[in-house]
Amino acid sequence: MLQATDLNAIRAIITRAKRWDLFFSLLGILSLMIGILTFVVLFVDMAIQGVPRLSYEFFTSFPSRRAANAGILSAWVGTILVMLVTALSAVPLGVAAGVYLEEYAPKNWITDIIEINISNLAGIPSIVYGLLALGLFVYYFGFGQSILSAGLTLALLILPVIIVATRESIRAIPQAIHEASFACGATTWQTVRDHILPYSSAGILTGVIIGMARAIGETAPIITIGALTFIAFLPNAPFSGDPPAGLFDWIFAPFTVMPIQMFNWTSRPEAEFQVNAAAAGFVLVFMTLAMNGLAIWLRYRLRKNIKW
Amino acid sequence: MKSLKIAAVVAGVFAATAVHAQALVKIDGSSTVFPVTEAVAEDFQKSKKGSVRVTVGISGTGGGFKKFCRGETDISNASRPILAKEMEDCAKAGIKYIELPVAFDALTVVINPKNDWIKQLSVAELKTMWEPGAQGKITKWNQVNPAWPDKPLKLFGAGADSGTFDYFTEAINGKSKSSRGDFTASEDDNVLVQGVSRDNNALGFFGFAYYDENKGKLKAVPIVNPKGKAVAPSIDAVMAGEYEPLARPIFIYVSAKSMDKPEVKEFVEFYLKHGGKLAKEVKYVPLGDADYKHALENFQKKKTGTAFGGHAEVGVKVSDLLKRNPKE
Repeated sequence: MLQATDLNAIRAIITRAKRWDLFFSLLGILSLMIGILTFVVLFVDMAIQGVPRLSYEFFTSFPSRRAANAGILSAWVGTILVMLVTALSAVPLGVAAGVYLEEYAPKNWITDIIEINISNLAGIPSIVYGLLALGLFVYYFGFGQSILSAGLTLALLILPVIIVATRESIRAIPQAIHEASFACGATTWQTVRDHILPYSSAGILTGVIIGMARAIGETAPIITIGALTFIAFLPNAPFSGDPPAGLFDWIFAPFTVMPIQMFNWTSRPEAEFQVNAAAAGFVLVFMTLAMNGLAIWLRYRLRKNIKW
Repeated sequence: MKSLKIAAVVAGVFAATAVHAQALVKIDGSSTVFPVTEAVAEDFQKSKKGSVRVTVGISGTGGGFKKFCRGETDISNASRPILAKEMEDCAKAGIKYIELPVAFDALTVVINPKNDWIKQLSVAELKTMWEPGAQGKITKWNQVNPAWPDKPLKLFGAGADSGTFDYFTEAINGKSKSSRGDFTASEDDNVLVQGVSRDNNALGFFGFAYYDENKGKLKAVPIVNPKGKAVAPSIDAVMAGEYEPLARPIFIYVSAKSMDKPEVKEFVEFYLKHGGKLAKEVKYVPLGDADYKHALENFQKKKTGTAFGGHAEVGVKVSDLLKRNPKE
């Protein structure tokens, strides 16, 4: 009899615990949905408005005062070139810094201070990077209001993200791998090159993509360093034009990027420009998704090569 | 620091190898003037078949002058005359400039279409609503005029950093930037359009182009001009000089040094010849033909300096402006 009461009490406790479990799972789903649904609603709204505007001409036309003739050629080319400079400068620097901090740096207070600062850098508003870059790249180094300045600015912006991601994914590698490598007589560099980098590359890629996705939508620092709003020509392709352009002339060309083009169109009085802005927004989201897709595919390929 | 210098040298070598293969006209400045300059740039590039390149940025009138006085741009778009401080900066850097009015913008006072008690407004009534002393006190329509209903007065206006705000406060309150602070301010005029169109008791002001595109959602208020006649904003009324005091000229400033570049000279001449037609197309008000001709003359004679003396003026005729002897 006594035992039965105990059993009932235990059952009651279990039921209550399960109720809470259910409650929290519902709360979790709700939180998730708020995030996802907001994005879906925004995206669908933009797609409904913008997709009918998408045409071959929209991608191959320069900005114009007539909404129907206006296109995003200078904007999407600018965005891709700036992203290229950003990736080429931020990835090697960020990964090298991350590897150094994880594998080489002596554990002392200087390293601690550097580590704390890197985490803090990730939280600095982007406009501050824009102001820094205006002084440093545009004027001190004399890069001018160019693709190079913009790419380097965004590289600075995402550097902390890449460094942190690199360190996290290096830490995820079992310590035994390090020890085995050292036991075979490998130097730190050999260990890094043959084991650490290949095994952590999937995680590093994730960090790179998070960083690049942030950079592709940035407007404030790019405007600060002097991106243009109306630009109806493309940078000279290498070896084209008269006199022929050098291989790297394009990095000094003036430019605009997708978010700036969108911003300009949304502030126009004509309703047709709002449609253009929606279409450009759709393309920008699509570019970001394509970048993510590429990274997921690369990550999948790299994971297959990990043997442990 | 040493590595910084080395980097700078490397950068310099890189920069030196970059050849400016093509003629380039660099323009920056006011976003209000942008639509007109953009239209001119578009047609100019087409007429030159791409042999001259034109870039236009929107750093704002103040931001544009900063770059202009550093010698970074050839032309600066400005929705107000150059200020004393900016004249100083330009003088220090040895930048001389030619001031050219290119069109009018008609600041338009708008109300909700459901507002049936306002047929016209005088500058004095607008001042009662907008002056700094009205802050927190004038909150209902009947406080401005007892004949109007006892309904809340909701004000919408341009942000304090814009040339639009500067001109409106100068024209209405008599002093630039002096205004009550408790109104809904936005740099994005479309936000103001939405605000006024959704609130029956709202009143706002912005450029004519935004009213013209949203005629169905807004009602423009005729403004009583100094002659005592209430005039609704329109391209014709501004051209006739009747829409006062809220019609303001907008300008381009051309660097005298850049005039030596044939592409810049050609561009400005193109601007003054075709700017009127293009301004009308983007819903700005063109100057009179004689004024464009006069401006072109001033430009060709390289009359440098400003006709304003470092501060804004309200209600001055463009033809008189062009006759003045500009000072640096």
